[in-house]
Amino acid sequence: MIELENVAMSYGGGELLSDISLQLAPGSFHFLTGPSGSGKTTFLKLCYAALTPTSGQVRLFDRDVRAMDRDDIALARRRIGVVHQDVQFLDHLPVADNVALPLTVSGRDTLDETVNLRELLNWVGLKSRADALPPELSGGERQRAALARAVIMSPDVILADEPTGNIDWDMSQRLLQLLVELNRMGKTIMIATHDLNLIRAAKGQVQARVLRIAGRRLQLAGADL
Amino acid sequence: MKRPDFTQVAEFVVGDAQADRMVPPTGITARLTLLSAAAMAFLAVFALALSVATGRMAERWGDELARSSTLRISAPADQIDAQTQAALRVLEQTPGIASARALTDEEQRSLLEPWFGPDLPVETLPIPQLIEVIEDGAGYDAQGLRLRLSAEVPGAVLDDHTRWRQPLVTAAGRLRLLGWVSIVLIFGTMAAMITLAANAALAANAQVIAVLRLVGARDSYIAKAFVRRYTLRTLGGAAFGVVAGLVAILLLPSAQTAGGFLTGLGFQGAGWLLPLVIPPLAAAVAFVATHLAATRTLKELP
Ligand SMILES: Nc1ncnc2c1ncn2[C@@H]1O[C@H](COP(=O)(O)OP(=O)(O)OP(=O)(O)O)[C@@H](O)[C@H]1O
Ligand SMILES: [Mg+2]
Repeated sequence: MIELENVAMSYGGGELLSDISLQLAPGSFHFLTGPSGSGKTTFLKLCYAALTPTSGQVRLFDRDVRAMDRDDIALARRRIGVVHQDVQFLDHLPVADNVALPLTVSGRDTLDETVNLRELLNWVGLKSRADALPPELSGGERQRAALARAVIMSPDVILADEPTGNIDWDMSQRLLQLLVELNRMGKTIMIATHDLNLIRAAKGQVQARVLRIAGRRLQLAGADL
Repeated sequence: MKRPDFTQVAEFVVGDAQADRMVPPTGITARLTLLSAAAMAFLAVFALALSVATGRMAERWGDELARSSTLRISAPADQIDAQTQAALRVLEQTPGIASARALTDEEQRSLLEPWFGPDLPVETLPIPQLIEVIEDGAGYDAQGLRLRLSAEVPGAVLDDHTRWRQPLVTAAGRLRLLGWVSIVLIFGTMAAMITLAANAALAANAQVIAVLRLVGARDSYIAKAFVRRYTLRTLGGAAFGVVAGLVAILLLPSAQTAGGFLTGLGFQGAGWLLPLVIPPLAAAVAFVATHLAATRTLKELP
């Protein structure tokens, strides 16, 4: 799905990430942790080709990111659902349209998808806010809408950057439930989070691996959680 | 890229209503684009009218005046008749001359009347005899005729009008050129203005574009939303400007003889259809300008 090989990344100063190799196998479930500023968001951006590595190789669906043109990247992103840390929407369109945006831009906004859309909004608890505009949403509502937008295309991979940052425990559980369900359907999941309780809760339900960024490297955290 | 056919054009105009909603409506740039497209189209109508009218004028001067010339015979009173006859004989034999006719005294008097009044005793004055020469289609060799006349009719002076016609034809040609240059400049300015407006819109919608990219929209999809908007806006504005320009030309007061050049400003017959080219042309300019601006901006984004 997504492969990184000896990847290094720097924003111009010193190297932020060095010598990172990872293969996201289909159907795997990963958590990504690490101190604030350690490069979790940067790592995820490398995974959906918003950044190109300063050295090493990133392959999306068996294709080197450097060899992909802009249309290739657009098509790859339709197979990768992303929940961004700084969630952005089209502020002039209602929540329902924003959640359906990936369908719209890929020409898949058909009638049976509207049923899916309603179910999905229901699941993330935004049914009553479907007609609101994004600036009218609370922080947690925005994150739930972002998650709904990330999964609406039923993508092969879902990358979520702090998806539960502003959400109460019950709702976090509910969103985790959704991701676990998707993982059982064969989707590959990677969640960047500080929330150790969330990781513990997930470990009871799925075979989740925990990655940790420390000292510019990616390490597999043990069972010491 | 495929050559666009008519269904594609129709599709473009009817548009993907969804894609259009992706970009928030912009009040002020929309109105300014519309307004400047209208103003430019209005000016283009006049530039076009100028070009067409001066073209017509140059042709008319070139044509009508070239077909007639005047032979003037100045000689002592006792020789004038003989020389006139001799000149007419020469003219009859010259290839390229359809007819030649000595003006009668009455005709000569009416020519002079505006200057000297009706009571001028033409017969008693040493006025030169005028012979009107009409060419046939091919025309005659003025230089050869002059040589022959100087040998056989010493008092004859041939005026084939080239002397004063040529500068007028040249001036008309220049005016026409100026008209076309104006049209080119008008469309160039229109392209520049639309590029500026499109760039402003693209910059103002940076977040929209970023979001669309992140959810997997292709550049062509994003560009289409902007391109379509500006193309249709320009088309509408230009159409309005052309109609206003045509009305203004129709309302020009017509002063038949006195005006000459001034009242000639306008279109004739099928020429009235010519300005209808302006809106589609303006739309094409807008299409290319916005397309280039959008592609350039998008290429710089992640
Ligand atoms: N576009 C950028 N240009 C320069 N430096 C950047 C840029 N983006 C991030 N950084 C820096 O890179 C480092 C890692 O940032 P990143 O956002 O990946 O951290 P993070 O692990 O996601 O942190 P957090 O847990 O707070 O979200 C930070 O020190 C940040 O200041
Ligand atoms: Mg982060």
